[in-house]
Amino acid sequence: MKLMHCPLNGPRNISEFVCHGEVVAPPDHARCTDAEWAAYVFLHDNQAGVVREWWMHVPTAYWFIAERDTRSDQILRTYRASEMYSARLDLAPNGRAT
Amino acid sequence: MPFGLLLSGLVNGARVGPVLPPAPDLKDAYDVVIIGGGGHGLATAYYLVHDWGISNVAVLDKGYLGGGNTGRNTAIIRSNYLTPEGVRFYDESVRLFQGLSNELDFNILYSERGHLTLAHTDAAVRTMRWRAEVNKHLGVDSELIFPDEIGRLCPELNLSEDVRYPILAALYHGPGAIARHDAVAWGYAAQAARRGVHLHQLTEVTGLEIAGGRIRAVLTNRGRIGCGHAIQAVAGSSSLLAAMAGFRLPIRTVPLQACVSQPLKPFLDLIVVSGSLHVYVSQSDRGELVMGGSTDPYALYSSRSTLDFKESLMAHMLELFPFLAEVKVLRQWAGMADMTPDFAPILGATPVANYWIDAGWGTWGFKATPVCGKRMAEAVGTGKVPGVLAPFALARFDDFRLVGEKGAASVGH
Ligand SMILES: Cc1cc2nc3c(=O)[nH]c(=O)nc-3n(C[C@H](O)[C@H](O)[C@H](O)COP(=O)(O)OP(=O)(O)OC[C@H]3O[C@@H](n4cnc5c(N)ncnc54)[C@H](O)[C@@H]3O)c2cc1C
Repeated sequence: MKLMHCPLNGPRNISEFVCHGEVVAPPDHARCTDAEWAAYVFLHDNQAGVVREWWMHVPTAYWFIAERDTRSDQILRTYRASEMYSARLDLAPNGRAT
Repeated sequence: MPFGLLLSGLVNGARVGPVLPPAPDLKDAYDVVIIGGGGHGLATAYYLVHDWGISNVAVLDKGYLGGGNTGRNTAIIRSNYLTPEGVRFYDESVRLFQGLSNELDFNILYSERGHLTLAHTDAAVRTMRWRAEVNKHLGVDSELIFPDEIGRLCPELNLSEDVRYPILAALYHGPGAIARHDAVAWGYAAQAARRGVHLHQLTEVTGLEIAGGRIRAVLTNRGRIGCGHAIQAVAGSSSLLAAMAGFRLPIRTVPLQACVSQPLKPFLDLIVVSGSLHVYVSQSDRGELVMGGSTDPYALYSSRSTLDFKESLMAHMLELFPFLAEVKVLRQWAGMADMTPDFAPILGATPVANYWIDAGWGTWGFKATPVCGKRMAEAVGTGKVPGVLAPFALARFDDFRLVGEKGAASVGH
C-alpha cells in the first residue's frame, strides 16, 4: 500500500489518513459578504499540479499539511501545521482570522 | 430503423461503411464550439443541429471521441433519484435512451435489466422508502421490496443473515438499464457529422479569449478558433477549463475505478448495487461482470488503478456472491470524476456570457447524456435555460440552494 509520512507518527499506510482539502485562509466571517463565505465553503482551485492540503492521521486525530502533485500522486512533503500557522485561529464572533 | 446490419447480412457484397466521415479542415470560426468530445458534447452537437438547425458547430477533443469517462463508465441508466428535480431530469433521460437506437439508427445495445439497490441498515431502508415514494409520486416505477421478493428476483444473491451486513430490503427499479457506452458516443457523433457538425480530435483547448465579459474564441494546439458560443463538457477537467474562463467551481477531480471479470455464462439479469458495501455489478452481453465501487479517497488527475480498490471491491462482491471466489479479474481502468458537494450536476450559464457549462457529472453522468445534450442545445438555441436545468445552475452555490442527491448517487451510479 502507498505510504504517507505523518509528521507525528512516521510512515503509515495511506488508508490511515483522510484528506481535508486545500489549505485556504478562511475569510473574516463577521465582516465578509455571503458570496465570499459561499466561495470559501464550496469553491476549490482543484489544480492539476502541486497543491497544499490539510490531512489527518485518523487513529491519532493528528492534523498536518501535505504538498502533493495531483498529476503523479506523489507526496512531496508533509509538515506540522505550526510551520504555517504560528498563532491560533480565533473564530469567535468579531475575532479576526489570521 | 437500424437496417444496416440486416442489409450487410442478406445482400451479397453490401458493406458497412465507416461510422464517422474523415475529419474536415478546421475552420477559423464556428457559431458554437463544444469543448470535450464525450457523450455529453457529442449529444449537444447532435441536438443543436437536429432540434435547432444550428450546424456551424465544432466538437473539439484533446484525445479521441468518447475516450474520457464516456468510454469508462459502468453504463448504468436509471431515474430512481431522491430529489424531485433529479427524478424529473433523469426520467426524461431514460425515456430518450429507450428510443435512442432508433433515433440514431445505431444499435446502442440498450438492455433493460431492472435495478436493485440493497439496504443493509435501518437508515438505508428509510432512505429507500423515501426514494420510492418520491419516485412513484413522479410516475417512476420504483418499489421497496424485502428479502422474499429479492430472492425471487435475484436467486443468486447471498441472502443469508450470517454475514457482516445482512440484506434487509432493496429498492427495485424496473426500468434500470445498461447500454454500450461507446455506441452512444459514436451514434451521436455519426448523426451530428452527417448533418454538418465538425468533429476535431487531438485538438486541445489551452486558453479562452474573453472580451467585454463574452467568449470570443478558444485557443487550441491547432490555433485560434473564433466562436459565438462555447460549451465546456470536459468532466474531470472541468475546473481547468473554468480557470481559463476566470471562475472557480465547487468541484474536486477524483478517480473512479472499475473492472470486469472473465466472461461467464449469463446468470445475472439484474443490476445489483449496495451502498453500504460499496459495490455495483451487472453482467454484460459478453458475459463479463462489470464491477465498480466508491471513488478514490482523495483528489487526483490520474487514471491509475490501485490494489486497495480491488481488494475491498472483491471482498464485498464475495459477500454478495460467494460462489464467484474462483473467478478472475480480466481488465481494470479508471476515469476522472468531477465531484460536486451535493452529488448533482452543474448546468447552464456561467459568469462569462455565451460560455456554457455542462459539468459536475461525477460518477453518475452517463445516464444523463441524452437529456443533457437535448436541454443544453435548447439553452444555446433559445438563449434561455430550460426549466429542467434551472435547479442545477452554478449560481445555486452562491445562494446555498443545493440539490442533495447524495442518498441516491454516492455509490449507485
Ligand atoms: C469508472 C466509472 C464508472 C461510471 N459509472 C457510471 C454509471 O454506471 N452510470 C452513469 O450514469 N455514470 C457513470 N459514470 C460517470 C459518467 O461516465 C460520466 O459522468 C459521463 O460519461 C461524463 O460524460 P462527458 O461527456 O461529460 O465527459 P467525458 O466522456 O469524460 O468527455 C470529456 C472529454 O473532454 C476532453 N477534454 C478534456 N480537456 C480538454 C481540453 N482542454 N480540450 C479539449 N478536450 C478536452 C477529454 O479528452 C474527454 O474526451 C462513471 C464514471 C466512471 C469513471
